Amino acid sequence: MAKKSITININGTPRSGEVEDRLLLVHFIRDDCALTGTHIGCDSTHCGACTVLLDGTAVKSCTVLAVQADGREVSTIEGMEGAALHPLQEGFFEEHGLQCGFCTPGMIMSAKHLLDNNPKPNEEEIRCGISGNLCRCTGYQNIVKSVQYASNKIQESESVGGE
Amino acid sequence: MIAYKFDYKVANSIEEAFSMLSSAGDAGSFISGGHSLVPAMKLRLAEPETLIDISKIPGMSGVAIEDGFITIGGLVTHAEVASSYIIKESCPGLAECAGVIGDAQVRNKGTIGGNVAHADPGSDYPGALIAFGATICLSSSEGSREIAAENFFTGLFDTAKEQGEIVTAVKVPVASSSAYAKFPNPASRYAVVGVGVALNMENSTCQSIIIGVTGAADHAYRAKESESILNGSELEENNIEKAASAVSESKEMMNDLVASADYRTHLCGVMLKRAIAKAKYRS
Ligand SMILES: Cc1cc2nc3c(=O)[nH]c(=O)nc-3n(C[C@H](O)[C@H](O)[C@H](O)COP(=O)(O)OP(=O)(O)OC[C@H]3O[C@@H](n4cnc5c(N)ncnc54)[C@H](O)[C@@H]3O)c2cc1C
Repeated sequence: MAKKSITININGTPRSGEVEDRLLLVHFIRDDCALTGTHIGCDSTHCGACTVLLDGTAVKSCTVLAVQADGREVSTIEGMEGAALHPLQEGFFEEHGLQCGFCTPGMIMSAKHLLDNNPKPNEEEIRCGISGNLCRCTGYQNIVKSVQYASNKIQESESVGGE
Repeated sequence: MIAYKFDYKVANSIEEAFSMLSSAGDAGSFISGGHSLVPAMKLRLAEPETLIDISKIPGMSGVAIEDGFITIGGLVTHAEVASSYIIKESCPGLAECAGVIGDAQVRNKGTIGGNVAHADPGSDYPGALIAFGATICLSSSEGSREIAAENFFTGLFDTAKEQGEIVTAVKVPVASSSAYAKFPNPASRYAVVGVGVALNMENSTCQSIIIGVTGAADHAYRAKESESILNGSELEENNIEKAASAVSESKEMMNDLVASADYRTHLCGVMLKRAIAKAKYRS
């Protein structure tokens, strides 16, 4: 079983590799690309720590084969910060949305997917949007606040930009 | 967790998928959303030697409505079903069902074709699709055929689908008074019990009701005893109670770490009542 050449565009940079068909996307991201912000928690599709965006959609990268992502776009936590922190990153900082921080990269990527599709989610929608991400520290309260912070911040900057 | 070695191939057409599978023989497997198969492969419960990715086959995506039937391509994800305007309007119970499968990320990857083909006893779609009178559309190199959902689910992870057949679409008749109620396993989100109901009320009388139950027994089934109690009734409290105690039928309830058989029997009744209340509200 020969290895396959793949190229995945990660955070805007094409990343190529020779991989075994069975290599998981999360291992390609962490081991081949050294982008270790994406975490492996349960390795069984439950905890969401490995969440990344695949063509803009939140997926658990421990349950996607690297070969399935060939030719596609992946966004990870490392791609969130531009000139400044992304409003979600800022929200988690301001609202104390983390303690140990292990779930945070996945949590932020799920929240990114949520806000991209629903810029003004209510509390229930936020809780539903992050229900595939487990946090064992915060009790989720401050995570919800962090996402609300980001949602407000994005609205504000858009209304300022629009004037 | 690392799967056994396998060869991954992408099928660009349905014919190509059939021919790839016939060369791979019994050691070949299709993969669509991968959200049942990849976890099983990582646990080495499944060990296909050839994995044939069918997710790029054209003509198996999208949701359409024509002549009173909604056609959902086999590759349509749970997230797409949950958010489809056509489905929300014409079969709200199905959108409701898709929206409570797993979590957001699972719904973004898992497909309706893969879900019914896999036939996990805790899967949500089977109960809903039986209730809503759906038809499963299958194709193989031999040709195409359609099977009523009611006859499709035959056992634990077992269906009427033959090896080599692809679920190309699921057809669902318009059912505006449809609902799905589920008691999720708090950890995995799979249904401990899920009940789908399609209701047809006229002048406050139940003209017809179809009930599908999933999660309770080793495969999803239609609860005809409860249906006959409710057909022709005005869905009075006492009739609903009677139907609720009959819904587990003479089926053998699953008895496992998640829930005892007695608890499942109880949940069947509670979920039926909830589904009826929602369907009635929508009628
Ligand atoms: C954490 C987690 C929670 C989940 N919770 C739920 C839940 O609450 N409710 C629920 O219903 N499901 C749940 N699921 C399962 C999920 O819905 C799966 O996506 C689904 O069961 C399988 O669909 P798939 O497209 O991912 O199939 P795959 O994993 O790709 O394939 C599954 C099987 O079906 C075959 N197959 C795939 N597509 C087709 C096709 N079109 N035609 C013929 N054969 C095909 C494959 O060969 C394989 O044998 C959960 C999964 C996970 C990981």
